[in-house]
Amino acid sequence: MSSRAAVAKTYKLYLGGAFVRSESGRTDPIGGVNVPRGSRKDIRDAVKAARGAAGGWAKKTAYNRGQVLYRFAEALESRSDGSDEYGEAIDLLVHYAGWTDKLAAVMGGVNPVAAPFLSFSSPEPTGVVAVLAPDRPDVLGLIREIAPALAAGNAVVAVVSRTSPLRALDLGEVAGVSDIPAGVLNLISGRLDELLTPLCGHRDVNAIIDATSDDAVAAQVDELAAETVKRVSRPTPYTDSLTRLEPLVELKTAWHPVGS
Amino acid sequence: MSRSLTPVNRVGVDERAAALGRRSIKTTAKREGIRLATSMIDLTTLEGSDTPGKVRHLCAKAVCPDSSRPEIPSVAAVCVYPALVEVAAAALRGSGVAVASVATGFPAGQTSLKVKLDETREAVAAGAAEIDMVISRDAYLRGDDARVAGEIEAVKEACGAAHLKVIIETAELPTYAHVRHASELAIAAGADWIKTSTGKSTSGATPGVVLVMLETVRDHAHRTGEIVGVKAAGGVSNTKAALHQLVLVKETLGDEWLTPERFRIGASSLLNDLLMQYAKLDGGHYGRAEDFSKE
Amino acid sequence: MATVERTAVKWDYAPAPESRDSATIKPRYDLFIGGRFVAPTDGTVVSTVNPATEEVLAEVAFAGPGDVALAVEAARGAAAGWAALPALERGKYLFRIARLLQERARELAIVETLDGGKPIRESRDVDVPLAAAHFFSYAGWADKLQYAFAGREFAPRGVVGQVVPWNFPLLMAAWKLAPALATGNTAVLKPAETTPLTALLLAEIIEEAGLPDGVVNIIPGDGSAGASLVRSDVDKVAFTGSTAVGKEIQRALAGTGKGLTLELGGKSANIVFEDAALDQAVEGIIEGIFFNQGHVCCAGSRLLLQESVAEEVVRKLWARMERLRVGDPLDKNTDVGAINSAEQLARITSMVEAGEREGATRRSVSCALPEAGYWFAPTMFLDVAPANRIAVEEIFGPVVSVTTFRSPGEAVEKANNSAYGLAAGVWTDNGAKAFEVASKLRAGVVWQNTYNKFDPTAAFGGYKESGFGREGGPAGLSPYVRFGG
Repeated sequence: MSSRAAVAKTYKLYLGGAFVRSESGRTDPIGGVNVPRGSRKDIRDAVKAARGAAGGWAKKTAYNRGQVLYRFAEALESRSDGSDEYGEAIDLLVHYAGWTDKLAAVMGGVNPVAAPFLSFSSPEPTGVVAVLAPDRPDVLGLIREIAPALAAGNAVVAVVSRTSPLRALDLGEVAGVSDIPAGVLNLISGRLDELLTPLCGHRDVNAIIDATSDDAVAAQVDELAAETVKRVSRPTPYTDSLTRLEPLVELKTAWHPVGS
Repeated sequence: MSRSLTPVNRVGVDERAAALGRRSIKTTAKREGIRLATSMIDLTTLEGSDTPGKVRHLCAKAVCPDSSRPEIPSVAAVCVYPALVEVAAAALRGSGVAVASVATGFPAGQTSLKVKLDETREAVAAGAAEIDMVISRDAYLRGDDARVAGEIEAVKEACGAAHLKVIIETAELPTYAHVRHASELAIAAGADWIKTSTGKSTSGATPGVVLVMLETVRDHAHRTGEIVGVKAAGGVSNTKAALHQLVLVKETLGDEWLTPERFRIGASSLLNDLLMQYAKLDGGHYGRAEDFSKE
Repeated sequence: MATVERTAVKWDYAPAPESRDSATIKPRYDLFIGGRFVAPTDGTVVSTVNPATEEVLAEVAFAGPGDVALAVEAARGAAAGWAALPALERGKYLFRIARLLQERARELAIVETLDGGKPIRESRDVDVPLAAAHFFSYAGWADKLQYAFAGREFAPRGVVGQVVPWNFPLLMAAWKLAPALATGNTAVLKPAETTPLTALLLAEIIEEAGLPDGVVNIIPGDGSAGASLVRSDVDKVAFTGSTAVGKEIQRALAGTGKGLTLELGGKSANIVFEDAALDQAVEGIIEGIFFNQGHVCCAGSRLLLQESVAEEVVRKLWARMERLRVGDPLDKNTDVGAINSAEQLARITSMVEAGEREGATRRSVSCALPEAGYWFAPTMFLDVAPANRIAVEEIFGPVVSVTTFRSPGEAVEKANNSAYGLAAGVWTDNGAKAFEVASKLRAGVVWQNTYNKFDPTAAFGGYKESGFGREGGPAGLSPYVRFGG
């Protein structure tokens, strides 16, 4: 019998591509582990990192974003515990990896306008997306919301499951080895009552995915969203992927005259 | 040397030109507009069948378009082939109506420079006060701007005191940007007027090309202080089209350009339509062709 | 042979007023609820005036909270039947509306101009034809929704509450109603306080088209009626108007789960590069800011000029502004009509005064303005600093703020430096540059070498605080359905 002591992992936030303790220095004990208790300043830093990374991520080719998401799936497969939940989460990533270069074809197109113009509409990322993940399922519930946001070209700040944050925080390690650029995905653990207002009220957040299924949270989120006219979506586990993607993009219509 | 074209947005030009065509010209504005348009006409006959008799009839009409309505002014000029300049000059002597002659191998311009210059000198000698030359589209289209400019300069010299109108034949130019470019080229080479068309090609003085040319002379006037006239020729065959031209001038260059010294309309059938519309304003009834003389 | 003198002719357009005889305005209009025109139960009756003359055009019933509830109830009662109608039948009603709008086009244009102050040229050539086109286009979607939403289950939302602004009264009503009806919803539409008349004529048309009672209810009213409507028992709210009110509505709906689309304000940048076709760019600037007196959410109110051509463009623009014909909106040659209301005139005036106070250079066209009515001369501001109020806030009037830039990057940065993101213009003859700049602009509509173009097939709507959701094209359908089981 080995006398070797296991190396206990210090759980950290995934923020700007780095693994950091909460700047507040606080933790909450969950499942025998000290989980970082994210603060309003962590949210601020995460949104800043997301905004900084959003432009570069949006500018990547759809093909490239698709491959990065696929790499995310590959990396998650190697971390899978073999459960159905992991399997479904991985398959979702593969599904969305294939969406990146289909969005424009499905959502946009040439508008047959009644004048000598080439007019076309195409989806663009909305920018920085805040995700309030459900408490459970902790991994699948998070992937369900961040995958479409990333596939649409957005940067994400997600508040992970409050009740079982460990495996969700581990996703940061998966993301960290999957070519997702630093800052494009940020994972914060902590208490929703502390994080909701700074995140959903942050003026630099463009859209919010509220997957908490909590009416009180919904009212609060909507109220905060109104301040800067944020887009709020409230998908259920059964919501189809296009319906999830729609509120995470902006349709831009361009007009160009045709004539020499 | 490659050409540098000033950008022109065709769809934008056509939109603006069409919008100006929707100006509502009624009652006194229509009456005055018809008189004004009449005074700007280069009454034209350019047919193989033109005879001295026909030209004399046309000149009579040019001087006094409607003897029953003395307020209708004379037209600006009568425009004929060189061979008929002498006839026209005799018919118009002392009338204040100028004789204009096409020259330089009109309408194709496919003759030698020597022939073009001889023709010009001959027309001027016979009494033409205005020469309507064509540019060599063949040279222009293959990019030989120097040859085009050189010909214009030479013809201008041959004109002596006669005014030179340079026909760029817009229907044969590739784009609106070329309409502008050819206009600038003609102006730089000494054109007193730039003119849209021969009237012998597929299209003429469409509102779009006229607008581009008006903008060109406006910018030239702003830059240099020099006035270059514009002649819209080809397709301006009814009152509505003529008033549209006046609106283009008024709203692009201003009221001071609404004079035969600065704007002309080259036309043959337009005059009778103007007279008919004028009569309608007077009598309140629509007219018929038989009421107006056919020259 | 007698010579006839060519006397100098000073030529100007004679007055060319559209005849009012083609339109009959009734002395009074009631609320259109449940397929009938009914007097308000707890509302009021208010005069609607012609902003060009301040004459009273008609008395109009304004809905009170009880009337709003009645209208929503009527729509609710009609919802199941309308949704159950075969899709093609639904579409046929919309086609009928489109046709009737075309048949009554002249009358509608005149009334739109009388009630709102916009030039007849615009109501005749833009508002009314586009409204008809919108119904015609969406009529054809009614029985093709399964293709628009391929692969998704969908159902109408039910009853939609729609609040439209005063700048394009009929057109905005069409933008709201056509997709809502095509997707099988019933609607309660509240026209704007100062411009209810064409929406009421549309109610007559809807009656004439034989739509089942209650499918469309049109209830004029002021802001309080709009507030009642969005808080009432509707399943979805669609609003076009100011960002401030849009935010209030979003707050009011917080936690209700009601659908919401907002088409709000803007401070759109019109960017002119040195390699643009300048004369057409000037036309685009004019169109961008003086169309409908600048009462346009996507107005190109921030003009960004590349420094190398700034002087030339300003010179050309000023010359062009001086040729604008400001005056009687009913005159077919009028380019710029009356300001929509005394309130809006006061707002424009106060913003312009703020601009002057903050040191920007004001140039207003010195045109003769009528004595009566509400008027504001076309105005440009030069030397505008990015922080000036007139560079940041929506003026919603014929006032353009001019500033300069040096490179495409700086142009994009300045254009995006706004809480809004509705529209933008890009003027350059270089296609690659145009597409690059267009792709970087955070705006829902980018007009390249043109401005203020609208079409029922082309999505319209904003980024950021200019709202969310799109109107026009297939994208305009989805806000009106619920997806999934």
